[in-house]
Amino acid sequence: MSMNVLEASGLGKRYGGTWALRECTLEIPAGHVAALIGPNGAGKTTLLNLAVGLAAPSAGGVTVLGGRPAGSPAALDGIAFVAQDTPLYKNLSVADMISITRNLNRRFDRPYAKARLAELGIPPKRKAGKLSGGQQAQVALTLALARRPRLLVLDEPVAMLDPIARHDFMAAVQAAASADGVSVLLSSHVLTELERVATYLVLLARGQVRLAGEVNDLLTANRRASLEELALSYLRETPTEVAK
Amino acid sequence: MTAQTRPTQPAEDTNLRPLPWRRMAGVTWRQHRFAFAGVAVLLGALAVYLWILGSSLHNAYAAATACHPAGSPACQDAVNSFNDMGSFLSNGIIVQVLPVLIGAFVGAPLLAREMETGTFRYAWTQGFGRWRWALAKLVALGLALTVAAELFSLVLSWYFQPYFGPGNQALGLAELSPFVTGLFDLGRVTFAAWTLAAFSIGALAGMLIRRVVPAIAATIAVYAGLAFAVGGFLREHYQSPLVTSNLNVPESAWILGQWWTKGGAVLSQSALRQAFDSAIQVVAPVVTSRTQKTQAYNTMLRYLTKHGYTQWTRYQPSSRFWPFQWIEGGWLLALSLLLLAATIWLVRRRAA
Repeated sequence: MSMNVLEASGLGKRYGGTWALRECTLEIPAGHVAALIGPNGAGKTTLLNLAVGLAAPSAGGVTVLGGRPAGSPAALDGIAFVAQDTPLYKNLSVADMISITRNLNRRFDRPYAKARLAELGIPPKRKAGKLSGGQQAQVALTLALARRPRLLVLDEPVAMLDPIARHDFMAAVQAAASADGVSVLLSSHVLTELERVATYLVLLARGQVRLAGEVNDLLTANRRASLEELALSYLRETPTEVAK
Repeated sequence: MTAQTRPTQPAEDTNLRPLPWRRMAGVTWRQHRFAFAGVAVLLGALAVYLWILGSSLHNAYAAATACHPAGSPACQDAVNSFNDMGSFLSNGIIVQVLPVLIGAFVGAPLLAREMETGTFRYAWTQGFGRWRWALAKLVALGLALTVAAELFSLVLSWYFQPYFGPGNQALGLAELSPFVTGLFDLGRVTFAAWTLAAFSIGALAGMLIRRVVPAIAATIAVYAGLAFAVGGFLREHYQSPLVTSNLNVPESAWILGQWWTKGGAVLSQSALRQAFDSAIQVVAPVVTSRTQKTQAYNTMLRYLTKHGYTQWTRYQPSSRFWPFQWIEGGWLLALSLLLLAATIWLVRRRAA
């Protein structure tokens, strides 16, 4: 499988006078759980917003799923995105969210969504706003997976979750990646959770890509035992960020 | 690791046909059913209330116009009972605020809530596409509100009908000009048009401000400013007013201004008062009853006219009511479409 799920060339995004992302050239091959890591403000969310078409680039370009322009109908059709804090319509029931997501997409596996929520013990009649943070994250992930995407994009999916919910969520992501062959691109600053699942790593700092490649290759080349050690060694080279 | 099963992907999915519009019907309904229900309950309850008030108003009007002989004490009572009714709604203030209420509380939160709570990041990354999503919602809600407002304005115009009867003046029945500010906006064309305009103002304000409460406040402020400017300044210029020296301008006309001239020169206020005072001394030095007062005034006007004075009236005849309705409805519709297009353009280009 030679397709790249994400290709960026000279990609940049400027908000006002400051560049949130600069000169980003990157190719992420399909079939990975790719972790986008870096300190707060490194440009992780910006890169993901550009990849899903929520933001338009100020410079360069980005395509997904083998050359589809980010945000185009073809791109949106194959990507499922779960934004930071997993926004759901708080006044709608889980069943309503399923119905809306089904209507808004070409493919939607309703039996899968219902079965998964039943397995998690989330009642479909419950308003989304009345669910716990972990349950809301699981609902958002279920809606995204039921779209049968080829690329699942998750922005800081576990940042707001307690350790158990965090573990369950990452287990679900990993299961989807290995069982259904979904490529995953997720951003996080919780390195320990990524250790078990990430097979590809992109390290961002100060709006620029510092390191990108398959986790095993990077560990061998840099003679590091763990992903955390590797990431920290690179982040220490930019002392201002570590201070944060 | 075991062999991975990959779902087969449809081969043609790089050249996708857009999802059908009807998919948005269920989405819009589920998300906005409380807004739909709220508008239906509000307008429905007011329509029932208007129907109850209107039934007795119409009965009183029928009794007053059918009464014989006109001018008898019994008939005067019937006329008075009609004239005393409807003071509550005759100036339309209660229903005047309906369009802006609907616009502010349905239009403004439509996009502002998505922006405020972050759910736009969900909605805009689904397969339907963000500008088509916005277009479908705005069209569905805008159309539903316009239809609801139009149905309500049918009840409104039925309620106000007796006040526009052509024989009212002769019978001493209350007569209103359909142009009266506060009534013209409630017309069969204008009420729905103002409702749509308020909704469109709300939608754009919500997209620009991105917060629900400030967007509602801005919608109310902009709408009030627009309604004030149109009622106070713009509307009278839709067609150039007529000018007449006839003393008997019908009460249904919209009188924009009156002035007196003598020998081609316009009279000042003080000169006019002097002329009135001396004329009233000649024609009716002693006036007691109210009827006498009106008669004396009319005699005085005729006396002045005979002595070289001319009263000029600038007015819009009531026959222009429908052209004015369509002119106002037309430009409000154009404005609404422009505002909605701007809203969709903002959705399309806005970066997260």
